[in-house]
Amino acid sequence: MKVLLSWLREFAPDIVGDPVELGETLSALGLAVEEMTITGEGLDGIVVGKVLDLRPHPDADKIQLVDVDRGDGEALQVCCGAFNMAVGDLIPFATIGTIMPNGMEIAQRKMRGQMSNGMCCSAEEIGLGADAEGIMILEGVGDDQLGAPITEALGIETDVLWDLEVNANRPDAMSVAGVARDLAAGLGIPFAFPEFPFTEGGGPAAESVKTVSEAAKVELLDASLCGRFLARVLRNVTVGTSPQWMQNRLTAAGMRPINSVVDISNYVMLELGQPNHTYDLAKVPNGHLRVRRATEGETITTLDDIERTLTAADGVIANGDDLAVGIAGVMGGASTEISETTTEVLLELAWWDPPSISRTVRRLNLPSEASVRYRRGVDWGVNMERAAARFVQLLQAGSVESGGATTDVGMIDERGTTPDRSPLRVRPAKVNGLLGTELSADAMADHLASIGFVITPAGDDLDVVIPTWRWDTETETDVAEEVARMYGYENIIKTVPKGTDAGALSPYQIARRRVREVLVGAGCDETQPMPFLAPGDLAAAGLPEEGVTLTNPLVHEESVLRTSLLPGQLKTVAYNQSHRIETMRLFEIGHIYLPAPEGQLLPDEREALAVALAGSEAPAAIELLKLLESTFSLPNVQIRPTTPPGLHPTRAAEVVIAGQHRGEVGEVDPVVAEAFGVAGRVAWLQLDLGAVLNGPHGRRRYRRISKYPSSDIDLAFVIADDIAAANAEATIRKAAGDLLVRLDLFDSYRGTGVPDDARSLAYRLRFQAADRTLTDDEVATVRQSVIDTMAKKHGAALR
Amino acid sequence: MDSNLAAIVDEALAAADGAANLGDLSALSARYLGKKSALAAAKKALGQLEPAERKAAGQAINEARERIEAAFAARKTLLASAERAVQLEGERLDLTEIYGEVRRGHYHLVTQARDRLEDVFVGMGFRVAEGPEVETAWYNFEALNIPDWHPARGSFDTIFVNLGEPEEVMLRSHTSPVQIRTMENEEPPIYIVAPGRTFRTDAADATHLPAFNQIEGLVVDRGITMGDLAGTIDEFVHAFFGGDVQSRLRPSYFPFTEPSAEFDISRADGSWLELGGCGMVHPNVLRNCGIDPDVWQGFAFGFGIDRLAVMRYELDDIRELVNNDVRFLEQF
Repeated sequence: MKVLLSWLREFAPDIVGDPVELGETLSALGLAVEEMTITGEGLDGIVVGKVLDLRPHPDADKIQLVDVDRGDGEALQVCCGAFNMAVGDLIPFATIGTIMPNGMEIAQRKMRGQMSNGMCCSAEEIGLGADAEGIMILEGVGDDQLGAPITEALGIETDVLWDLEVNANRPDAMSVAGVARDLAAGLGIPFAFPEFPFTEGGGPAAESVKTVSEAAKVELLDASLCGRFLARVLRNVTVGTSPQWMQNRLTAAGMRPINSVVDISNYVMLELGQPNHTYDLAKVPNGHLRVRRATEGETITTLDDIERTLTAADGVIANGDDLAVGIAGVMGGASTEISETTTEVLLELAWWDPPSISRTVRRLNLPSEASVRYRRGVDWGVNMERAAARFVQLLQAGSVESGGATTDVGMIDERGTTPDRSPLRVRPAKVNGLLGTELSADAMADHLASIGFVITPAGDDLDVVIPTWRWDTETETDVAEEVARMYGYENIIKTVPKGTDAGALSPYQIARRRVREVLVGAGCDETQPMPFLAPGDLAAAGLPEEGVTLTNPLVHEESVLRTSLLPGQLKTVAYNQSHRIETMRLFEIGHIYLPAPEGQLLPDEREALAVALAGSEAPAAIELLKLLESTFSLPNVQIRPTTPPGLHPTRAAEVVIAGQHRGEVGEVDPVVAEAFGVAGRVAWLQLDLGAVLNGPHGRRRYRRISKYPSSDIDLAFVIADDIAAANAEATIRKAAGDLLVRLDLFDSYRGTGVPDDARSLAYRLRFQAADRTLTDDEVATVRQSVIDTMAKKHGAALR
Repeated sequence: MDSNLAAIVDEALAAADGAANLGDLSALSARYLGKKSALAAAKKALGQLEPAERKAAGQAINEARERIEAAFAARKTLLASAERAVQLEGERLDLTEIYGEVRRGHYHLVTQARDRLEDVFVGMGFRVAEGPEVETAWYNFEALNIPDWHPARGSFDTIFVNLGEPEEVMLRSHTSPVQIRTMENEEPPIYIVAPGRTFRTDAADATHLPAFNQIEGLVVDRGITMGDLAGTIDEFVHAFFGGDVQSRLRPSYFPFTEPSAEFDISRADGSWLELGGCGMVHPNVLRNCGIDPDVWQGFAFGFGIDRLAVMRYELDDIRELVNNDVRFLEQF
């Protein structure tokens, strides 16, 4: 919401002081200043000039030569790139030496051999509008102003423009008057609405006096849709150009001047917060309007000439034939739009049910300056009549020359359901208890009264009538916020709650931090790619395509939620490799989103850990798995050779912990790596981290260190290739029993003396008893048992 | 000592001095001190002497042996030391000749910021709560007092997913759903912070990401006031940004808090920087979670984590946080 200081002063003349400090006051009231600009400055040297002659530039097509009188009767030649002027036009003319608002200094210079002695200005160049196309033609400025400073001729004064962030609970502050009310209360100065006098039933050119009920009729058929519908009929209207001062204000507020009627409509909305609509009365048979919900599938062509299909939730204004001529609170219809030939206008001011308007705006995606106000809830009180009066007043004042607009006697004022505004009981003790303040009931009453709340003491409590311009304010808590706002948030004394519980991370959160610590210690960099994938990424990674898809993705390439960290890690590796980082050690902890289990709405969301070691082979990933296993004392970690999807067919395994599938380890399938543009091998580990760390781990038991000597024996077995070393190891452990305290694989040999489809695995076994020195016989017995079991179970011969 | 014995000693001493290495020395040692040496023979011959002569002769042999042994020992020390020196010289290494790179990995910047925030809040008596990133409209909106028609819904720029009814399931647009999940599952008093990833339809550019990180705080206890909110924010700001950084609250609006505020922190130049939003938990929100607002009051606050990392290291492009360029990651 953009507001000008001069406009605010029409409601609170005592607003004075440093613009920055005033801005601070606005921010402290909850109207945060997003931007502040001083307008009407930097126009020194720009005067009203007159076009005396126009002729082509001899050596250029895109510029012409203009002779301008700057007020001394002399013809100054200027080179100009615009062609919208005619001889006799008055224009803003920047004389030599002028420093333009953008900082450029106007100097005498030659353009393609022709002298230029100043500059003809567009509205945009001097900050008076958005039009940068042509030179600004000064309509409404007379020849007597020739040579006068532009600021004088156009009545431009230095002003302050604040762009305020208005929150959704502040319908009142969507108007100049509402901002002025708040600021005046904040500054402790008076606020008042000026009178907006107009002549009813006559006017300068009144031929006959009519009452509004003769000219128009409004049927309010849905009280839940429309809380109030107010209408006036205006006659002898001329659609022309609005006065410059009004155009200046509309432009400053960010609206484009259109014509006198539309401009007044917008001006009243900006000033008083009351959106309004104008119908060409001639196009509304008998001035008859019917306010109702739309029928399902009903259509209407809106002002923008687009046919729109409505639902039963939308509100419409229909004509006497029950044909929709406007979408309530959202957009008018094309059929009743006012035009240059309009002379009779039906003016509508309405209060629409905010949720109804919100739903329609969202469904049709048709936001507007009006609907943004209706959605927050406009004032349904006396401000509606005031806005109607302001409209008529401005229309009459603007059309004096053309004979003056008239208005029929009286108003149509139909009422539906509006919010209950009977007094609300507010307990000062409760308010103080919420805010942490010790304000008296009187002090609270004063704060509330300063912004228009009507207070009646009720014992220790207050009966509060919430004003009609605060639709969002309903409860004691809402009122407490108003008290806090007017008291000043900065005046609330800071305290600290007296909670007695100790803060802590959960065991899972502590363990997750250790995972990071271990992996960072092992040289891995933590990555956090976004969880979005492109369609096809999962398939390219060899994974089943079952990712949850986004309804409204920003880009097609980010429209699927990941079911695995693999695609994201491969993209990260490829990204780095394309920047000449060939090998890297990466890890990620992040959510994956698996298809929703039967009967559940939300996906099966899990926290996963992935490690990608580019340039390393599978054993490097096994090492990190072992590192995690020993860090967390994970119970019974098994590496079961299979081919998890996306991984190397002969170099990958499933990770099983305590009998449960918990992830995969090995190397990425070269075909998959290639599909992602990854060069070389990538060792890979992915674990269902939540399941692993929430499962059993970390159980450690003390075992007294044996005082007795240990004995080592070495055994090499010829083991067929299809028997995993892990299986052989498990067999050895089981056969050796409790006396085995250590088992190390120290050699793997293929070649002479070993069959082609087998390898020799050499183990060192260390035996030790807790309570005695082992005899040679005991060791020999265990040794034989291991050899026999290996032969029996795996057909493994001692080598 | 007879001349014969003296000659043996002289010869042995000369031999020891002449030994070129420990091997030669060892062989010579056997020759002059071993069982077949002249000294051994002389000792054997003692028995043939008269008892009167035997003692003196024996003494002379022992003295000769001691002299020879001492000479060999001295030579051995010398040779061993020389040989060790040669060996060590052969082992010389240039310790600055390093192949490959040995380095510790790096925590992601967001993790660093998040861990630090968690630690500060844990120190202030909070627990850390987490929740899913894909949420229902109930948790993301309705329970938070944002009905379907509410203008605030549009401002969340929500990313919806194709599950359930249209706009029923979404990527959470803030961490506030964790508030609801916590209040639904736990009895007050509640003191939690909820860090995590959030999502909005913001196209990625130098200052925006569609997936970013927030942290949310929630306190529900008896007699909690807005003064407690302001004080808690202040305490956090001092602990995280430093004792000289001030905080202030400004009126604002969120459907799930009432009164609502933005909170700012002071900068060195005297200006204020908007950090996040906060307020007293709306009674409707408490009711939605089965908590009686006449008994319990609370406050909530939230702000961005990524932005703290961006501010701390003056990053000029927030996309670096998701690009995962190793050259970026390894800087921190």
